[in-house]
Amino acid sequence: MSARRKLSHRLTMTVLAWIVGLLIFFPILWTVLTSFKSELDAFAIPPKFLFFHWTLENYGVVQERSNYIGAATNSILLSIGANLVGLAIAVPAAWSMAFAPTIAIDRRETRVMYVVMLAGIAVTVLIAWLTSFPLFTSWWGYVLLAVIVGLPVISWIMTRRTTDVLMWMLSTKMMPGVGVLVPIYLLYRDYHLIDTRLGVGFLLMMVNLPIIIWMLYTYFKEIPVDILEAARMDGASLLNEIVHVLTPMATPGIASTMLLSIILSWNEAFWTLRLTTTHAAPLTFLIAEYSSPEGLFWAKLSAASTLAIAPIIVLGWFSQKQLVRGLTFGAVK
Amino acid sequence: MATQRTTLAGRVLAAPSVILLFLWMVVPLAMTIYFSTLRYSLLDPDSVAFIGFQNYIDFLQDPNFFAALYNTLLLVGAVLLISVIGGLFVALLIDQPIMGQGIVRLMVIAPFLVMPTVSALVWKNLFMNPISGLFAWLAQLVGLPAIDWFTNWPLLSVIIIVAWQWLPFAALILLTALQSLDEEQKEAAALDGAGPVSYLFYIILPHIARAMTVVVLIETIFLLSVYAEILVTTKGGPGNATTNIPFLIYKQALLDFDVGGASAGGLVAVVLANIVAIFLMRIVGKNLEA
Repeated sequence: MSARRKLSHRLTMTVLAWIVGLLIFFPILWTVLTSFKSELDAFAIPPKFLFFHWTLENYGVVQERSNYIGAATNSILLSIGANLVGLAIAVPAAWSMAFAPTIAIDRRETRVMYVVMLAGIAVTVLIAWLTSFPLFTSWWGYVLLAVIVGLPVISWIMTRRTTDVLMWMLSTKMMPGVGVLVPIYLLYRDYHLIDTRLGVGFLLMMVNLPIIIWMLYTYFKEIPVDILEAARMDGASLLNEIVHVLTPMATPGIASTMLLSIILSWNEAFWTLRLTTTHAAPLTFLIAEYSSPEGLFWAKLSAASTLAIAPIIVLGWFSQKQLVRGLTFGAVK
Repeated sequence: MATQRTTLAGRVLAAPSVILLFLWMVVPLAMTIYFSTLRYSLLDPDSVAFIGFQNYIDFLQDPNFFAALYNTLLLVGAVLLISVIGGLFVALLIDQPIMGQGIVRLMVIAPFLVMPTVSALVWKNLFMNPISGLFAWLAQLVGLPAIDWFTNWPLLSVIIIVAWQWLPFAALILLTALQSLDEEQKEAAALDGAGPVSYLFYIILPHIARAMTVVVLIETIFLLSVYAEILVTTKGGPGNATTNIPFLIYKQALLDFDVGGASAGGLVAVVLANIVAIFLMRIVGKNLEA
């Protein structure tokens, strides 16, 4: 290609790409612009693009009309809290999967666990059969059954190859929320967890836990195991190895994982909409309230929306690579 | 080296995650299965009775179910088509030697980071409103009558909103895959005189095939449970024109208080999601072995 054709190709592509980019970005830009208009200008036809009376009034009103600060606090507390607890549980698990993996299955151990598992189930069924234990007549009978059967099953899972355990964890992410909406709702109602930060935060943590473990695992895998072994040789305890050797080296990975998990929790809009009403309601819920006909104030909707999405868009821009990695479970890097 | 000590420690450290995820998976699912066999209405909680598979029969024979299934498939299919083809186009464009690549990239991925309730309400009001929306104004400019989007084309409107959210995702993943393409391979193809079309079909598409599969599968899993966008725009209406399966189940559970029926429906949704999940897991699993 001649230099001249190369340049013209470059220019055409640049113009095209900018047009496409601006078109895709335009709804967000328009929202931000509308947030600075008066309600009258927001409805104006033909629309006013830049030449209108710029005002900050909507941002003040957002707080008056709806408890914006409360919702923002909830969003921050929920996404960061769920994240920190999730990390505390996930870091040790990811350590064990990256550095102490079960590669080959120990046949004898597996056989023992298999027998234990079957025995657990058999004993449960026997107890249920012989006693008038309310196993099949109440939901908590089922829960108890799940736990009694669960313990042996969990021990069985833990003797599996690490890759299999990872795949199983991923599979828990595939369960659609509506599949378990009814029991979660009823459990939460009975235990007064509806509209509490604890309840919603726990759900957000569980929903994201598989992604957190996966992402940490892919980052930990890149750390040379020799360094950890050297620390071990020097007599570092396991706790020291994880806290003082692994964590500092994996800080970028852990930070990226946090970013992705915060973004996902912040935007989660199934459980937060269903399980909160006022006290624990985050921004997703606050914005949803603008869908009622009497709430059709476009400038105010735009102001509330801008405030709700701006922090996450900025966070997301800083973590594009990590987004790809986390959202594809490491399948695309 | 995994020693005896680290193996044991590994088990112990993995235990909290394994136990929590196991309980999270099994307890609600066991309860859903249990509820699905009951006649159980929250309005009349005293007359709970075991009715076997009746809830499933009712749910699967309900004409609303077929409408919802149809809407779900249409929504998933249309959004996939728009987002994957559009995303590929955008990714190819950004991958060109353009000026300000970083900024274009930022603009393109931004919609994916917008929370569903915001994107749905902004589109519904600021753009699709038949009187003061931007689309109405654009239609008026070219002399066309304004379209009342949510009255006349409710499902299409939802599809547009959801596609706007997911196209950036496809573009971002495909772009990442494109950028891992060897410079040398590109040059070799150029030297061999490959035209743009054969270049696309013989070099690019095979290279990003796996990323594309991953995009399709992950999007499918998320699109099967689109909920917030429908709740804040149409509430499933008009009629049941935009009711998908998640929304149908939500209505049955929390508006009709039919615990049994909603549980049966929930399990149908779980089965649907798992059909897709199995394929996704295979691909991710293969990647793990490599």
